[in-house]
Order: sequence, then structure tokens, then C-alpha cells
Amino acid sequence: MIALNDLVVRYPGSPTNAVDGVSFVGARGKLTALAGPNGSGKSSIVRALLRRIDTVSGTMTLDDRDVRAFSYSELAKNMAVVPQREETAFPMKVREYVALGRYPHLGLWSAPGKSDQLAVDDALAQAGVEDLANRDSDALSGGEWQRVRIARALAQKTPALLLDEPTTFLDVAHEMAIFELLASLARAGLAVILVSHQLNLVARFADTIVLLSHGKVAAHGSPSEVMQADRLESIYGWPVVVTRDPAVGAPALVPLRRPLQL
Amino acid sequence: MKQFRTAYWGLLVAALVLVAMIAVARGAVPLSIAAVLDALRGRGDATAIAIVRDLRLPRVLLGALVGAGLGASGAALQGALRNALAEPYLLGVSGGAAVGAVIAFSIGVSTDAAITLASFAGGVGAVFVALAVSRAGGRTSRADLRTLLIAGVIVGAFANAAIMVALAGAQPNTVRGALWWMMGSAADATWRSVFWLFLSTLLVGGALVYWAREIDVLALGEDTAASLGVDAERAGKRAFILAALLAAATVSAAGLVGFVGLVVPHIARGFGIRAHRPLMLAAGLIGATLVVAADLAARTVAAPTELPLGAITALLGVPFFLVQLRRLS
Repeated sequence: MIALNDLVVRYPGSPTNAVDGVSFVGARGKLTALAGPNGSGKSSIVRALLRRIDTVSGTMTLDDRDVRAFSYSELAKNMAVVPQREETAFPMKVREYVALGRYPHLGLWSAPGKSDQLAVDDALAQAGVEDLANRDSDALSGGEWQRVRIARALAQKTPALLLDEPTTFLDVAHEMAIFELLASLARAGLAVILVSHQLNLVARFADTIVLLSHGKVAAHGSPSEVMQADRLESIYGWPVVVTRDPAVGAPALVPLRRPLQL
Repeated sequence: MKQFRTAYWGLLVAALVLVAMIAVARGAVPLSIAAVLDALRGRGDATAIAIVRDLRLPRVLLGALVGAGLGASGAALQGALRNALAEPYLLGVSGGAAVGAVIAFSIGVSTDAAITLASFAGGVGAVFVALAVSRAGGRTSRADLRTLLIAGVIVGAFANAAIMVALAGAQPNTVRGALWWMMGSAADATWRSVFWLFLSTLLVGGALVYWAREIDVLALGEDTAASLGVDAERAGKRAFILAALLAAATVSAAGLVGFVGLVVPHIARGFGIRAHRPLMLAAGLIGATLVVAADLAARTVAAPTELPLGAITALLGVPFFLVQLRRLS
């Protein structure tokens, strides 16, 4: 379980807080989505959890222990992250790449053992990329690469999984496939925390949405609680209506075209 | 992408030994391989023994160590900085070392030991200046790896300018010595310089090999590295400093031998090696072979004139690299 309590993050030299008193819980077995406009602080929360930026105040805990009290490798054994952007510096085999997810368990010198091989096999299977195992990383499509990256994080075998915009650049089918995968990982017991712009998808798959605006929590709750047309209109500064997804009844957002000036 | 086979290690070692044997045998006084083997064991003609033991062997070993150090250093840097164009000389090491050497030349120091020390100090100094510059230039107090690369290039450019200013009014002899040094040469190899370079390559190269897996993870980007339990900033800086020290050691021993640090890691990757521990070792072996071959060419092709080693490494390295590039694509 990942819990943030009144977290404040400010970049050096910036007059405002990037994250301004955010609290939420990402529980095990749940898919928790962080949504909100560009610059609302979503990625800063990911970077704070990764300890790539310093926090001003507030706490971040992982299973009730302060994230900053973990050593780097301990944290990596408990929380896997798929950052927004990532490319291998030089192409490598998909299996080799996914096996790097075992680094927190192996350290500098241990040779990978049977359990590591199994973890890699498992991760490849869970993410549905077994048939890509011997492909080169630079010969993958965008959708394949995103799934392979998720497999790399799954190979860490952590109870918590954090993803920053894992469906950017993906078409509808690949996007849906990733969301189905994340929902199934949550059902399997992981605490899945997802940063996403895709409000409509988030509304269909997430258990909880944390809607951020200007670094603050603007709304927090189930998709139908959070997805209110007037609230979304004021946060995004764009006219919208909220309808229902015909299949599962989840709220669906339709941004409206501004009427033509005649 | 090619699959690496264990048998390639034998191939790489065999190539190095073969080239080294030829390099010891060839020269103004050509010797047969049998005569070389005899001389190594202290048998046969006294002149041959002196040529092999005192002249050619230290020179070949020094060349091999220079190549090994530059190859491994380049492999580490390209991974840690995630940049296929990174090479040790880009970090300001070469420029700094050259400034150190030129200062030593122009104040009339002529002992090898003093010049070696001066260039090593210059190279290391430049790296720390680059670190300081990147920290000042970055948005935070942390040294960003990309800023570090830019800072290295800038420090190097500044150093080159300083050298030209220093050489403008220098004595012809000083200019000649400094130029020769900047073109790279293993001609002044002694057992002592071989010993010191061996020791520093073993220590610094060993440290790089020890932390090699961190570089594997760093090569995925700093955020991913952090998520895999690596303190990306510290690991990056460590790889940077170690690689720079290794390069500074080679530069102080043999001047500027260009291109090896850039091209050799790519040749090693062409064998299908990705993990940085085997990659650095393979780059070391290939770099050693390339520099020994280049030095052999430098002293035999236009004999009795000696050609600059640094130019020959580039002449040999480029076609090798192009063949590799073709095979890869």
C-alpha cells in the first residue's frame, strides 16, 4: 500500500509548489488513477516516490514505512515503476531487458538463479510478450515496447506498481489491452497506481480516481463521484458533457467542440 | 542482433596475442617469431634479447594497455551517459591532460615522470572542473549527466585554446615535443611506464568492472535506474570519474590516442555483447589489439619515419567500424 499524506514538492527556483498538499492511498488489490491536466503535479508525485526530487513536507509511506527510510534497493524490491519515457541506450534482446528487472534482487555480482529465470518467464507471460522474448528492443512497435516495459517492472516482483502514462502514443486497441492488463494485475493483489490523461479509460477501469489540479487534489473517489461535468469543465477549462459507457455504465467524458462563431 | 558465443573470447585473446607477437617481431631489425620466443626466455643473440626485452616488448605492452584502458573507458561512458558518441576525450580529459603536459614542456621540464604526472593531474583536474561546471549550470545542485557531457566538451575546448596560446610563443623544441605528445605515441615506453599504467588500469578498470551492472541499469535512463534501486546520480558520477581516470592514465602514458574510446565499444557491441561487464572486457581486448596494430603500423609503414599513433588508430578504426556497422544493419 502506498499512502501520501499532505505531500508538498517544489522545484528549486519555482515560485509555486508543484505538488501542494496531496493525500491519497493506493491500496493493494486496487487500481488507483492519478488524473488531471498537464502540469497538475502527476509526474512530480512519481518522481517524489522515486526519490528523484526532494519533498518540502508531508509523508510518503509504503506499507506504513516512510519511503525515504528505505534503501534504494529495498524500495526497488517493494515498488516497481514504469516511468513516462524510457529507451534502451543500445538495442538489446527483450528477454535481457526484462531480466534487468531482477537487478534489485541480484545486486552487482550474484548470478541469476532459477527463481530469477522464473520471475522473468512469469513477467513475460503476465504482460503477454513471451513471443517477443528473442526480439531486439529496437524492432518493437510502440504497443509492444510499452508491454515489454511493464514486463520489466513485473519481473521485480513487487507488491506495488507505479506507471506514468503507459498508454501514450498507443492506438485504441493497445490502450485497452494495457488497461485490461493493469486491472487484472490489481485483481491479482498488486497495488497499481497509474498516472494517466485518459479520463475515459481511467473511469472504466480504476477503483479510485485522484483528480489533481494545480498540485492539489480537486476530487477523490470512485469514477462516478469524480467525473462530474461542471467540475471537469472548470479544471480543464473546456466545455464537456459526461455520458455513460454503454457496456459497463461507467461515466464517459465528451469534450465539446466550441460552437462556430457566425 | 548477433548472439554472443563464449568461443569469441578465445578469438579475441588469440587475435591480441598474435598481433602482439608480430609487433614484437617486426621493426628496423626484423626477427623471426622463433627468435622472439628465444629472446623472451633470454636465449640466443644478445642484441635480439635487448631489442625484444628493452625496446619492443615494453612498447607493445604499453600500447596494449593504452588501448585496453581507452576501450573499457569508452564502453563505460557510452552506457552511463546513454550516448553512442560519448568517448573519454569528450569529457575534457584529453584537453586537460594536454594542458598539463604543455605547461610542463614550456616551463622546461623534460623528465618523463614529471610530464606524465603533469598530464595526469591536468586530465583529472579538467574532469573535476567539468563536474563543477555541470553543477553550476544545472537546475539543481545535482550534476545532470547530459550537462556533464556538455561541460566536458566546453572544458576541453577551453583547454585547447589555452594550449594554442601557450604554444604561440614557445620554443620550436617545445612545440615539437608538445605536438608529438598530442598526436599520441608509445615510442617512449619504458618498463616503469608500463608498470604504472598496468597498475592504474588494473585498479581503475577493476573498479569499473566491479560496478558494471550499475551501468547496465543506468543505460535505461535515470528514472528507470532509480526505480531499479540504483542511486542514479551517484552511480553516474562514479562511472564518469572512473572512466575519466582510466583515460587520464592512458593519456599521461602515451599522449592523445584518438578514436579508440569511441569506436572500440561499438565493435565490441557488434559481437552481440550488451551487459557492460563483458562489454568492457571485450572492448579492452579489442582496444589493445587495435592500438598494438596501429603502433606497429606507425613505426613500420614509413620507416625510418615514425607516424603519429593517434592518426593511425583513426585510420585503422574507421574502416573496422564501417564494416561492423554494415554487418549490424
